[in-house]
Amino acid sequence: MAGIDETALVPNPLPLDPEEQRRLRDARIERIGKWLLPFLIMVLAIFSWDRICVVNEIPKYILPRPGDVMRTLIADAPLLFGALLVTLKITFLSLALAVVGGVGLSVLFAQSKWVEMSFFPFAIILQVTPIVAIFPLINIYVDNQTAKLLLCAWIVAFFPILSNTTLGLNSVDRNLLDLFKLNGASHWQTLWLLRLPASMPYFLGGLKIAGGLALIGAVVAEFVAGSAGQSSGLASRIIEAGYRLNASRLFAALLLISFTGIIIFLVLSFVSDRILRGWHESALSKDR
Amino acid sequence: MANPAPAATNGETQLVLRSVGKTYANGTVALQGMDLTIRHGDFLSLLGPSGCGKSTALRLIAGLSQPTSGLIDWRGPKMKKSDVGFIFQEPTLLPWASVFDNVWLPLRLQGISRSSASARIGAVLESVGLGAFHNSVPRELSGGMKMRVSIARGLVAKPRLLLMDEPFAALDEITRFQLNKDLLDLWQAEKFTVIFVTHSVFESVFLSNRIVVMAARPGRMFGEMAVDQPYPRDQSFRTSAHYGELARDTSAMLGEAMGNGGHDGRH
Repeated sequence: MAGIDETALVPNPLPLDPEEQRRLRDARIERIGKWLLPFLIMVLAIFSWDRICVVNEIPKYILPRPGDVMRTLIADAPLLFGALLVTLKITFLSLALAVVGGVGLSVLFAQSKWVEMSFFPFAIILQVTPIVAIFPLINIYVDNQTAKLLLCAWIVAFFPILSNTTLGLNSVDRNLLDLFKLNGASHWQTLWLLRLPASMPYFLGGLKIAGGLALIGAVVAEFVAGSAGQSSGLASRIIEAGYRLNASRLFAALLLISFTGIIIFLVLSFVSDRILRGWHESALSKDR
Repeated sequence: MANPAPAATNGETQLVLRSVGKTYANGTVALQGMDLTIRHGDFLSLLGPSGCGKSTALRLIAGLSQPTSGLIDWRGPKMKKSDVGFIFQEPTLLPWASVFDNVWLPLRLQGISRSSASARIGAVLESVGLGAFHNSVPRELSGGMKMRVSIARGLVAKPRLLLMDEPFAALDEITRFQLNKDLLDLWQAEKFTVIFVTHSVFESVFLSNRIVVMAARPGRMFGEMAVDQPYPRDQSFRTSAHYGELARDTSAMLGEAMGNGGHDGRH
């Protein structure tokens, strides 16, 4: 009996069978591996990159070593971060406009399926035409530089929000719609209290995609505008560095854009998680 | 009908269905020639197999769809939207809203503010046994508790007629028995009329004073059974010989309705 009393004092007194022990161990290994493995692969890739440069004696203007890129990033920080700020301004403004435009249009579409049927093809045409091909026209019709870029980035970013939110507004539980009808809900009450909240998960899914696309749209727009020497964003720095064969700066700028994209995605994922927490399947922890 | 107040006097006619039928555009006859008189304070079950039009009848009475033929005749004072409560097979709650806000919904749609509805919501949640769950969200509740929220929402506007479309079909038996009992208590206390759609013989016998048996293809009324057992009914009724007889008779009628004599009623 003394032995049993002693085990009761141990913090983890549950006697686990081998199967449960193995399951626990596997879960622990997976938790660590999920972070460690990508990190190791990344370190390995950077290390090989460096070795390849050294062993093959590749000149800096063709493929700079990772260390060179980092040094350039620090040395050119004022220039690059200034340009990033310009690009970010376009990105976030166009994302905001994409939210307003996408949600606004989808609410309009939700008013009547005739409206949706009539106007949805235009949205698709805008979406499938490469922005680079539209830009010369925008360049003719729009004078203001910022407006030009905004319009480009907006065209790229608004579609996922429009199509997802439209889907969400149309995917409301039939019984809930009946319930609103039974209680004599007005059109706007149904929209405000039922359709919009119910489409939130769809909208947030679209927003996550649109966040990345707004950045891509902004950079692409700057590229096209920048080739005419009219822009001061990151893309124009890239073009400039390309002319000068400054490969280190090209890599540094690329790095900045990628990181910005990842941060935008993470921030939007976090926001989406916060909003949906507690009610939507996608935001629930998998332990439950 | 001299008194316009919604007095649930048992026996007065509340609603008459006159040869009500519904045919869909694709030619399906969902309901044919249904004649039924519903009295104030009735607990009436519509019992039948799938496709017998029982849910269609409920939706017609609720005004969710319009009959192709016949007429639904409301007696007494003019019915408002809030005089009819509807409870679906699923709890059908707003997943993002708290229990309190879910129950507030029918009143909110009438333009009643949260604070002035608060006392009524508190009372109705108390009456379904959810007094301690005002701030829970549907995710946190069990199936039975969600259905209680749904019932609270159906009752919050004090309806004179409660339409229930197989509300307990998805619940386990223990929960279902408890909800059957609690529903009867609410019905006796608040004196509303219930039309209860079910495919369970035993549930209909336990709950109702009238059972309307329906047949399928085309959906139609087959016959009516009276359940003469007085209320309140409790678990001892479930085990009584009389309950067995009633269940057997109802099963027999359902069996006839389905075109086979050997139906045993065990759905």
